[in-house]
Amino acid sequence: MDFIVKYIWGAPLMPLAAAGVTALLPRARRRWAAGLAIGSMAFSFLLSLAAFTATLSHAGHAARATLNFRWFDFGASSVQLGFVIDPLSAVMLVMVTFVSLLVFIYSVGYMAHDENFTRFFCFLALFASAMLGLILANSLLLFFMCWELVGLASYLLIGFWYRKPAAAAAAKKAFITTRLGDLGFLLGILLLYARAGTLLFYDAGHGCLEQAAITRLLTQGLMGGLAVSTVISLLIFCGAIGKSGQVPLHVWLPDAMEGPTPVSALIHAATMVAAGVFLVARMYPLMSATLLPGTPSAALQVVTWIGALTAVFGASLAVAQNDIKRILAYSTVSQLGYMMMGLGVGGVAVGMFHLLCHAFFKALLFLGAGSVIHGCAEEQDIRQMGGLSKTMPVTFVAYAIGMLSLSGVPLLFSGFWSKDAILHAARHWPISQTPFLLGLIGAVLTAFYMTRQVSLVFLGATRSEAAGQAHESPLVMTVPLMLLAACSVLAGFVGTPAWPWFDSYLLGENATFDLARFSLDHQLSLMFLSTGLVAGAIGCGAWLYARRRASDPAEINLLIRKFYIDEFYAATVLRLNACFAQLSDWLDRVLWQGVTHALAACVQFLALVDRGADDLLINGGFDRATDLLRAGGGLASRGQNGQIQRYFRVLGFVVAVIAALLIWEVS
Amino acid sequence: MTTLPLLTGLIALPLAGGIALLLTKPAQEKLARAIGLATSLLALLIVGVIWSGFDRTSGGMQWVEQAAWAPSIGIEYHLGVDGISLLMLLLTTLLVPFSLLASWKISRQPKLYFALTLFLESGLLGTFTALNFIHWFLFWELSLIPAFFLIKIWGGPKAGAAAFQFFLYTMVGSVALLVAFLAIYAATNTFDFGQLAGLAAHGEIFGAHQRLAGAIFLAALLGFAVKVPLLPFHSWLPAAYAEAPTGASMLLTGAMSKMGVYGFLRILLPIFPEQMRAAQTPLLWLAVATIVFPAAAAFAQRDLKRMVAYSSINHLGYCLLGIIAATRLTPGGMDFTNEKAAALNGVVLQMFSHGLTAAALFYFVGLIEERAGGLRCLHDFGGLRQVAPVFCGLMGITVFASLGLPGLGGFVGEFLIFKGALPLASWAAAIATLGLLFTAIFLLTILQRVFAGPLPGKWSHWRDLSAAERWCVAPVIGLIFILGILPQAVLDVTNPTVLHLLQQF
Amino acid sequence: MNAPLAQYLIFSALLFTVGFAGALVRRNAILALVGIEIMLNAANLNFIAFWRFGPHPEALTGVMFVIFSIAVAAAEAAVGLALVIAIYRHRRTAQAPQFNSLRG
Repeated sequence: MDFIVKYIWGAPLMPLAAAGVTALLPRARRRWAAGLAIGSMAFSFLLSLAAFTATLSHAGHAARATLNFRWFDFGASSVQLGFVIDPLSAVMLVMVTFVSLLVFIYSVGYMAHDENFTRFFCFLALFASAMLGLILANSLLLFFMCWELVGLASYLLIGFWYRKPAAAAAAKKAFITTRLGDLGFLLGILLLYARAGTLLFYDAGHGCLEQAAITRLLTQGLMGGLAVSTVISLLIFCGAIGKSGQVPLHVWLPDAMEGPTPVSALIHAATMVAAGVFLVARMYPLMSATLLPGTPSAALQVVTWIGALTAVFGASLAVAQNDIKRILAYSTVSQLGYMMMGLGVGGVAVGMFHLLCHAFFKALLFLGAGSVIHGCAEEQDIRQMGGLSKTMPVTFVAYAIGMLSLSGVPLLFSGFWSKDAILHAARHWPISQTPFLLGLIGAVLTAFYMTRQVSLVFLGATRSEAAGQAHESPLVMTVPLMLLAACSVLAGFVGTPAWPWFDSYLLGENATFDLARFSLDHQLSLMFLSTGLVAGAIGCGAWLYARRRASDPAEINLLIRKFYIDEFYAATVLRLNACFAQLSDWLDRVLWQGVTHALAACVQFLALVDRGADDLLINGGFDRATDLLRAGGGLASRGQNGQIQRYFRVLGFVVAVIAALLIWEVS
Repeated sequence: MTTLPLLTGLIALPLAGGIALLLTKPAQEKLARAIGLATSLLALLIVGVIWSGFDRTSGGMQWVEQAAWAPSIGIEYHLGVDGISLLMLLLTTLLVPFSLLASWKISRQPKLYFALTLFLESGLLGTFTALNFIHWFLFWELSLIPAFFLIKIWGGPKAGAAAFQFFLYTMVGSVALLVAFLAIYAATNTFDFGQLAGLAAHGEIFGAHQRLAGAIFLAALLGFAVKVPLLPFHSWLPAAYAEAPTGASMLLTGAMSKMGVYGFLRILLPIFPEQMRAAQTPLLWLAVATIVFPAAAAFAQRDLKRMVAYSSINHLGYCLLGIIAATRLTPGGMDFTNEKAAALNGVVLQMFSHGLTAAALFYFVGLIEERAGGLRCLHDFGGLRQVAPVFCGLMGITVFASLGLPGLGGFVGEFLIFKGALPLASWAAAIATLGLLFTAIFLLTILQRVFAGPLPGKWSHWRDLSAAERWCVAPVIGLIFILGILPQAVLDVTNPTVLHLLQQF
Repeated sequence: MNAPLAQYLIFSALLFTVGFAGALVRRNAILALVGIEIMLNAANLNFIAFWRFGPHPEALTGVMFVIFSIAVAAAEAAVGLALVIAIYRHRRTAQAPQFNSLRG
């Protein structure tokens, strides 16, 4: 364990190196790009398996190994980063590398005809690297950095088909919406750093998730009526709301379906969007910290409420969608809500178990949808499909397994066990029963919209030419489907009430098999209740859609318009932003520039006055004086007419006058 | 330590190179360009020598050169570098070759252009090393003149007015600064920064004239606030940056805007600590306004150059936030030295990384403008990624560095600034994070409008980056990555200086 | 020989007046020059008269003056006539009112 942690940096670094090399490859090097990405991912998968095996041996408490290192110094302290391997990160690591590997392989088939094939694998590898770094991070700072980088990869991949304006807009929307949440996250990090003095999670007793720091944060006084730990937790949860598409920041996730389908499977279903859930799970010691033992902390209550609302909200929107991927996207929003609710009411194990199961069956569903889209010549509208079970049998079977898992069909499928654990925990939540009821409603809706989708896509008659000419996808695409289908079934069995291996593994205990646990705490009755509801919903859905031609019952406009959330944002946030931008621009042009211009005008006025004085007084005076002089000269020069005889005349006259004067004098 | 007067040589070199290339024959334009580039690269080499010989354990001045100039009125020839100035020297000498390469193909009076750029470099290098006010002020003003002509002669259609506004605005600030320092000289009989800081540390600088001290501080503040710029003294900037030729915009935003921040660190913090503390609250909110409003205003622009210019104001706002937060008087026995050190280190890192990033952004916008024949409105473009993938990729990296993506240059600086500022000025820092969101919005809008969507027919023959252009921008992109991944390389140099500064403070 | 000084002076004054009138009135430059010569000779006559009736008739000062004066007058006439001829050649006229190129 201490051995493996020293080399675990290889897991994120190998895909990063692959991404770097691929970025420099010319477009034509398709095999190289795919080979590098898949090879590095396989390497990371093996390393993850090694790490996972190492965490299996434990001694009554959760095994944990860390590797911390100094990143840079400032003042007298330094910023430390680090990697941690514990059951939480190990199990995520295995899931992410496994799903990534399958999606990479699937993409070779799905993207075969795309001109930017190499670029696609470059971005995928970059994403995998950042995601693995995020999972392994032992420092909230490193976590945040990788968090931003997966956001970047998501941005790049959503906008991968950049020629579609919708894709480019969706990419921008995704990045900015998540960044809005990240502002809160960043503030939470900074506040935590200021109050705890470190961002390392585990550091031999000095980490911010360890008892000493948590106690300090709890007792450090109040901020706006809340404990410091609560404030930090809520700020950090803002990041999770953005990334995991929780209400009210879920709007970017359905739009993100503009990206290629493998991307939707990997990033927007299985891994990245679950990073928010993982964040809450990682920060659970801080999130759950409370001074009153026995009651859930304020932060966890918020997590529960947000999660429960999202679960119902997403599920109800999924009912009214007609795009095969958008249905799944809303379903993802809803399931992420379940995970949050699970974390809130039941703890890390409950939330994480659903995360894992969901990752498998939702990746399966997306890849299956991709296979359908691929087979139907890029058709995405489920009303234009139908009857595909005959032409695409492998895809149909895999998709059906995914659908049954997601709907929570009992016993055989993983979704049943994980969802039931959440509902069970919610049933016993001491604060309120509303989340439990919301969860039940969500479960019914989930079963209903999945039945609707499967019925319209695979059953009935073909309703368009494209669907009629559908063909089964190549092996490179169907094999990952089969593997994921197997996982969707098998993953459930590690977390049944009778054999809660997953809980024990996370806690570092030995799991025991005990059938009697089914009868504890109304487990069985709850199972029967949810089974009945799911069966009813599936039956209802099948009755409505499978029997006859697809025509939706009079669904209210509200659902189609997604509760007008996008319109609401367009009318408020976006307009506010635009107004603020206009205001700032106006301030700039009118006020600041205006003041400057007013000053300039004053100066100009002074200059004008000055010029007037110059022109009128000084220059004018000079001009007048010279004019006078010139006139005088003109007058004087009139005598100088060059006529000698005239001069003589004057001379004579003067002589005569002088003579007269002299004579007058003498006499 | 070496006895060679490296700093004097460094400052004189671009001047000499500029004169030399002016003396070449009219037909020898190639030679003149080569001289210009060689000079700037040699300056970079000298800074490299200083960098490698720099003592990383000391926060004081190194490579000091001191000689009497006009002793009767306190003017000395006094040069020296510490970590902050060294980083600024590196930034300047990096950007000048970059800017020269960016303007390589300039057709109108290329010799004069290159010479003016080198003179500007000399002014910048002198400003970042001088330790006596008059000596410093000389270079501060010297850098203004080439900048004015660069904007006016080679600028866009409204360059005349923009250059004029730029010059006058900055001049007003400079005059205020000069008056302030003459008053200080009258009070203390010295122009030496070190001596003044020593006096200020003991509160002896103004003696009984506290009210006068406030006025003097405001005058000095005005000088730097215009240069940085601090809202509301920024209105000269968008016009000047937008009208200036690409190479000049790169230097204006990359290096010249740092002169103001440098002045805050070198002059205002050590010499006016009391006054800075007294004015902290209003200054803090002005800094926040400098972050938030220009970032939002950028979104309302349609001209790419103006957008980048506004983003430049926004990024320098973070620097001011860090500096002003660090002036806070430590309350009741709590030691905030680490936070202050974080903020100031972040400021210096941010100055460096913003210098590189903004210069690269202007470079790319300049290339777009050149290729589009002068068009640079957002809605003139679209889909360029299809024909220019490398262009898009490299500009994308720069854009993401600018909006503070981890792993690239901008992140560490901004993180450190916020890390320092949040405990010191919580609300201001919290509101300032909005700037991060706005920056993301308009920068991504640029990427979306220019590179994504369908390709208009008129751009179907758009050229991707040529090999020369790639190599020109590659070192900067490399440095952006290094700054983001190994910030320690820079912090090694700045941290002792910052601690030294805080001790004085 | 017994004629008194006054008669000489009166004669000289008349002569001067005749010359002056000629210089003023005649349009022809040559005749104006003749008038001037007459005025000069009137002055010469005065010199002789004052010498002859002055206190020292034994010293030949008056005669000397007049001889000089006549020499100068001759030179002046030569120059004057040369000027007139030059102007005549230039302008084809000897009429004095047309000589106005010195007008201010």
